[in-house]
Amino acid sequence: MIQHLPILQVIIPLLAAPICFILKEARLVRWFVLIANAMAFVISIMLLQQVNLHGTLVYSLGGWEAPIGIEYRIDELNAYLLILVTSISTITLMAAGKSLTKEIPESKITYFYIAYMLCLTGLLGIVATGDAFNVFVFLEISSLASYTMIAMGNDRRSLWASYQYLIMGTIGATFILIGIGLMYMMTGTLNLYDLAERLPEVEHTKTVFTAFAFFLVGVCLKLALFPLHLWLPNAYAYAPSIATVFLAATATKVAIYVLLRFIFSVYGFEFSFTHLPLTEILVSLGLLGVIAASIVAIYQTNVKRLFAYSSVSQIGYMILGIGVGTKTGLTATMLHLFNHALMKSAIFLALAGVVYRVGSVNIKAFAGLGRQMPWTMAAIVVGGLSLIGVPLTVGFVSKWYLVLALLESNMWPVAVLVLVGSLLAIAYIWRIVEVAYFKPALQNNQAYKEAPLAILIPAWIFVIANIYFGIDTSFTAGVSEKTAELLFGGVR
Amino acid sequence: MSFLEQYNYWIVIFLMMSGFYIVIAHGNLIKKLMGLTIFQTSVFILYISISKVIGGTAPILDDRYTIYSNPLPHVLILTAIVVGVATTALGLALAVRIKEAYGTVEEDVIQEKDLQQEGSAE
Repeated sequence: MIQHLPILQVIIPLLAAPICFILKEARLVRWFVLIANAMAFVISIMLLQQVNLHGTLVYSLGGWEAPIGIEYRIDELNAYLLILVTSISTITLMAAGKSLTKEIPESKITYFYIAYMLCLTGLLGIVATGDAFNVFVFLEISSLASYTMIAMGNDRRSLWASYQYLIMGTIGATFILIGIGLMYMMTGTLNLYDLAERLPEVEHTKTVFTAFAFFLVGVCLKLALFPLHLWLPNAYAYAPSIATVFLAATATKVAIYVLLRFIFSVYGFEFSFTHLPLTEILVSLGLLGVIAASIVAIYQTNVKRLFAYSSVSQIGYMILGIGVGTKTGLTATMLHLFNHALMKSAIFLALAGVVYRVGSVNIKAFAGLGRQMPWTMAAIVVGGLSLIGVPLTVGFVSKWYLVLALLESNMWPVAVLVLVGSLLAIAYIWRIVEVAYFKPALQNNQAYKEAPLAILIPAWIFVIANIYFGIDTSFTAGVSEKTAELLFGGVR
Repeated sequence: MSFLEQYNYWIVIFLMMSGFYIVIAHGNLIKKLMGLTIFQTSVFILYISISKVIGGTAPILDDRYTIYSNPLPHVLILTAIVVGVATTALGLALAVRIKEAYGTVEEDVIQEKDLQQEGSAE
């Protein structure tokens, strides 16, 4: 049993999806999905224990050894990411029952859960696998499932957003496929660790450069790096709230993992940063993303869309950390990856509560909500403070590391611009605070009650995590440093 | 290496770019999906053509032959074709739903209607 954990991690959500079809009854499916998720979460914790005990776990699918068969490989980085994804998806699902009944027709709820489980399968698969082609397949599983989830939003614009995401996502995935094909052509292997061994022999050929370029652009499309982010704001804004929470907190993070894995483990630091001007590319794009997306966020009237743009700018910070190309920079990226997942889960879950009671996320509808829904709004405010990077929240920790990394590498103009990004974040968070706390409630608004506990409690779990990990940084910073070292160490 | 020796890549690039162009340039959702399919298909051809070993035969064990083409890319592409079919099916399903909701499958008309909706919401 124990030695089969790596595959169980992926196969349990995968099998749970068709079983939902058989169960049909939405309430039954809801509990079943929650249990399956909790199991995945327990498995991810057991996996981490195993990794801590025995080092990197290697699992050959069907007993076929690596060069012929597909291999799953779990090292510390994978194990922590698996925990991140499964824990967030489990906590999010606790709120799903209430939130979905308001946003999705009763008959479609089961289908939503099926798409949710398939998306989870895809994300876990990407993290667990050690095979380049497998990465592509799981990426498409998760993407197709997320297009479906987004299209289930109750606004017709969700259909259009989903269609645009489908077109851009497929172009990205096809680019990744081209990249993998060219890598295979030069090395004759798809196993990530064989690739890492064989690529240096051919690293000066144009084909390898082309492969890297295609792969990089493809992944950056998936992780919504500015200016390839155009699919993201509408997709997050019009998707059902639960889908937004899940995708915002996990999907882009997993894409960043893929980027890290290929830049550092497969191609290696040498190739990525010395043969290519990756520092210049990533730092400038990351910085542009931080500034431009924050400015656009300030002018949004749809609050969900506002936070979607803020996601684009936060992804910019993570890319900046990678671009610096030092261990501290990478630590900052890993920290922000974890912290941003916490912030956005808290905020989007609280917004799910607002949608449940108010039925709108237009900024005008927020008038006076600070008094009517104090706990819900407080969750948004704490999440917002964290986005800004106020001390005692997680946002401060990751920004601290990022600025530290930039100063270490003598990039102080960039560090100044990062702080400007924080100022812009104050501007868009303040707009919400002002409307919610200082404006009288709208005349025709009946007195809204607090969001239901089923949504409020999961949201506050994330809020408390935001504060806890902002004060006690030993765990997150320790893990981030360890994984950053692991990535710099190359293949093990 | 002469120009013709690598004609398979030229075919791939031609198909890829025409597919990509259709996706970007056309406003009709169905045409976009057709472009996307051509774009994906070009990558399938890329994979299959790189697996060809000159003088090799189909990878079926037989005493008379010693050189075989590499079968692995074929298998990979079978998977990728399935993914492509699923993507196209989902895209077409979305197009049907968009037609029902907006009454059109033209990108510019949809965007105009969205703008109107946003204008009236404020």
